[in-house]
Amino acid sequence: MPQRPIAEDLIRQTAAGPRLLGGRRCSDGKVVFPLPQGAEGAQYEAMELADEGTLWSFTVQRFRPKSPPYAGADTDQSFKPFALGYVELAGQVIVESRLKVEDFADLKVGMPMRMTQVAFPTVSDPDTFTYAFEPA
Amino acid sequence: MTDVHIVGAGIHAFGRHDESSGLDQGVFALRQALDDVGLDWDQMQFGFGGSSAAGNADAVMPRMGLTGMQFINVANGCATGGSALLSGYWAIKSGEFDLGVVVGFDKHPRGAFNAEPSEWGLPEWYGQTGLMLTTQFFANKINRYMGLHGITPTALGRVAEKAYENGAKADHSWRKQPVDLDTIMGSQMVSDPLTKYMFCSPAEGGVALILASDRKMRELGLAGPKVKGAAVRTRVAGSFEVFAPSLEIERGPSPTQIASKAAYEMAGVAPGDIDVAQIQDTESGAEIMHMAENGFCKDGEQEQLLADGATRLDGTLPINTDGGCLACGEPIGASGLRQVYENVQQLRGRADGRQVEGARLGYSQVYGAPGISGVVVLEA
Repeated sequence: MPQRPIAEDLIRQTAAGPRLLGGRRCSDGKVVFPLPQGAEGAQYEAMELADEGTLWSFTVQRFRPKSPPYAGADTDQSFKPFALGYVELAGQVIVESRLKVEDFADLKVGMPMRMTQVAFPTVSDPDTFTYAFEPA
Repeated sequence: MTDVHIVGAGIHAFGRHDESSGLDQGVFALRQALDDVGLDWDQMQFGFGGSSAAGNADAVMPRMGLTGMQFINVANGCATGGSALLSGYWAIKSGEFDLGVVVGFDKHPRGAFNAEPSEWGLPEWYGQTGLMLTTQFFANKINRYMGLHGITPTALGRVAEKAYENGAKADHSWRKQPVDLDTIMGSQMVSDPLTKYMFCSPAEGGVALILASDRKMRELGLAGPKVKGAAVRTRVAGSFEVFAPSLEIERGPSPTQIASKAAYEMAGVAPGDIDVAQIQDTESGAEIMHMAENGFCKDGEQEQLLADGATRLDGTLPINTDGGCLACGEPIGASGLRQVYENVQQLRGRADGRQVEGARLGYSQVYGAPGISGVVVLEA
């Protein structure tokens, strides 16, 4: 497993496994992801999000996104299509995520999903990982 | 209060024009609109103009004439053109002015729009990991909709097939060749379930409309469709919009649904009264979802309506009669005004080759980032 997360305050490693870090708004309890940073962050308290949910929607990215902002170490030639979508975490929030799946055809709205981590080497750091969800 | 009419309309063909700047195309449209009604630029009391990527709209002034008139640049995301029209509408409705012009033009680089996370208040990792593409948003939205409401990929293909068929009949369109369903379905997959031919492209073009009060129109011996209803609305909590790392579980209405409702109420008409409609078709799925969001059918009914050809030129409700964004491309500053231009042509009986016979009520809806929708209802 790579050493470094793609960003700080995005994923928290807990005894029970990795968890996404969201924010709960102090004024009304509304849950957001990611945890707001800077001045806006003062209105939120950090919360570990559920690591299981259901697939809300999905698609497949078929071509290499433009750089910037995309920072993957791959090239137009070596790029491999990846699935992404939204996962509903019951009672919390719907989060956008890469989806780790063997066959894109296996993805169905409503299917149970579980959080995981995947390697994401970038142009500046080959030893990076990010979060993803996979079929539970 | 006075009624507001669109008495003149001009357009510079949409597409790619290497020899012309965006400004050139805006000026072209303005001159054509003035010629259309035999008016001079110095008769215009006000102007509202918009351009997203082709400079300041008021750069038309030195070319058209420095008359000292009020001119205001409008910048409102994908609804820039629609917002310019609404500004002109209010300028006359308020009684302050009785004759003026709205203009929109644009010229975008080729390929999908580039997005910078910081400009959207988003963290860098969101863009770095490849989650910040408008195409993904459209695909996610329609994929869920298809799952919930039984829409098939073939329906997506039919929307695009109709668009290119209609585009081939409109002088101002970009795509002039019909494309058959198999080619559309079999073209390169961009973001599942949407293929290359199901997406519109950034493009170039210009549109100008001349607005007049009811009294001024008669005084000048002119005629033109009445603006019966017009509304711009923005996203509310729970609306699914582009570049959203998270969504609220409790879903809300879309900006299109609330703009549509407001415009119908203002116009005193119902969706069933509309004879011809131009609705936002950034990609095929958007047209399908917008059919329901604008009240033309219930969720899921699109599958059968499209199979029956209901939205074709000879159908029960012709939609995007000039091929929409799919066949015209999407120059942001001009796109919403193109829809209104097409309705003006339809209601004046001038839509040669694509005329909807007897059309009296025309509806247009432009939608885009960051979650904004503008609706206009015109009456012949």
